[in-house]
Amino acid sequence: MKLVTAVIKPHKWEDVRSALEGFGLTGMTVSEVSGYGRQKGHTEVYRGAEYDIALVPKVKLEIVVDDMDVDAVADLIVKAAQTGRIGDGKVWISPIDGVIRVRTGDRDESAI
Amino acid sequence: MDGYYAWMLMATAMVLMMTTPALALFYGGMARAKSVLNMMMMSYVALGVVGLVFILWGWSAMMGPSDLGGIIANPFSLFGLRGVEPGSFVGVCFQMTFAVITAALISGAIADRVKLSAWVVFLPIWITLSYLPIAHMVWGGGFIAEHFPAQDYAGGTVVHINAGVAGGVLALIIGKRIGFGKEPMKPHNLTLTMIGAGLLWFGWYGFNVGSIVFAAGDGGAKDTAQFMTETGVTFLNTTVATMAAMLAWLLVENLLHGKATSLGAASGIVSGLVAITPAAGAVDLVGAIVIGMVSGAACAYAVGLKYRFGLDDSFDVVGVHLVGGIVGTVLIGFLSSSKAPGGVDGLFYGGGLTSLGHQLGAVAVAIVWSAFFTAIIGFAIKYTIGWRISEEEEIEGIDFAEHGEAAYDLHATSAARGLGGPALVGSGALSPKAPVGAEPSNNIKEGDQS
Repeated sequence: MKLVTAVIKPHKWEDVRSALEGFGLTGMTVSEVSGYGRQKGHTEVYRGAEYDIALVPKVKLEIVVDDMDVDAVADLIVKAAQTGRIGDGKVWISPIDGVIRVRTGDRDESAI
Repeated sequence: MDGYYAWMLMATAMVLMMTTPALALFYGGMARAKSVLNMMMMSYVALGVVGLVFILWGWSAMMGPSDLGGIIANPFSLFGLRGVEPGSFVGVCFQMTFAVITAALISGAIADRVKLSAWVVFLPIWITLSYLPIAHMVWGGGFIAEHFPAQDYAGGTVVHINAGVAGGVLALIIGKRIGFGKEPMKPHNLTLTMIGAGLLWFGWYGFNVGSIVFAAGDGGAKDTAQFMTETGVTFLNTTVATMAAMLAWLLVENLLHGKATSLGAASGIVSGLVAITPAAGAVDLVGAIVIGMVSGAACAYAVGLKYRFGLDDSFDVVGVHLVGGIVGTVLIGFLSSSKAPGGVDGLFYGGGLTSLGHQLGAVAVAIVWSAFFTAIIGFAIKYTIGWRISEEEEIEGIDFAEHGEAAYDLHATSAARGLGGPALVGSGALSPKAPVGAEPSNNIKEGDQS
């Protein structure tokens, strides 16, 4: 089992979701986050005061998937979230030691 | 003059609305999320304190019968409106709303950091020592009216220069917010500010158009004729000056920063309203547009200067109200037209320098008076009860420190704690019947919400 984490542009999240739904994925956790990478922040001006806003709003997806689905899911996210411009985000994959479904107590693969 | 009486009922309520909620929204939107409630409360509290002060001794001190050296009228001769006829009550309340908003305007300069108790102590003293004397000197037949008979239709000196100076002086005495100039202190909700600016504009018709003073005072045909023409001029002037100021502000910031912003539009509206306040009855259409444009452009430039001086005039009471007030009051000296209700020609209309001299004199007296007395009160409070909340409280947010509230509760985890969780201490009227610590969802049943 792997945890796929993706940080993407907020307006691309609908594209990503429908792509993953088409793949048959049944769920994910989504949070609104902020951060910055090579894109850096942006400048806002309020009554003549220019502020460098370091943090840019992003959407973070967390999806636990079977080992065999990892590459397909990661590729789908990258494809759907890509605009080709700076600030498109990141996807990373990490190992998971165990998963438990709260309702039934099912463990691991059957809990995904 | 039934029409006039009906209009003044409406105008008075409209000016009241300028403080609550219009100014509270305008400033509140510019505050940070952790201090928006305190910012709005400063306006609401000003309404309560200043309103009562004005009714008790303010009217007497401003318009009472016994003049004390041209500075102020005796505050005790009409104390508690003793001897004032009910027919005058609306006029009293109209003037009360002016005192209220003048005091409330100052709060924008000292946002996020002032103890509510200090504000409550400041308000009645400042109204008594700064507002009422200037109001008496300009409108009550006092010193300024006698020596510099300037045109100030609705309060360029009394309201805006007075509040602008007081805001700047207090910001200087009280000091900067922690992190000013280093960390971003951007407006947390500009939609509130846009709503506030729009409501201010609406209420300002009460403020300016309601400020008509009848020359004949016969209550008959002459007054009616004046009412039916002068209100048209002041309404139109208020409208076009504000439009021009908004566009001028947007143009200047577009040139300086490459963007026309919503905060710029809201600010431009207020800068135009401020500048046309003294001039509403003094100028013709062209004069009103010029005053609006100059004020919008000047204020848009002026609001950037505080960073150079390190003055934390948080929401630009100086940059908008002092600058706009001076622009409007002084430009009367150039643009005043004898065809307007004021009946005086300014420099550009062949009237020579007389009008300009009067306008400058009134501005100077108002600035000096307001600065002197605001400084005395400001220092007196600083070295007695103190102005500021603690550093820790300021960083945490003044809303919680002074009011025990948070403006926004957007997160499920913090919202749930309000119902039956361990955070519920004491047994207020809102405490649920279920035992403390029960599941939140169990606390609300149908028909059990009383």
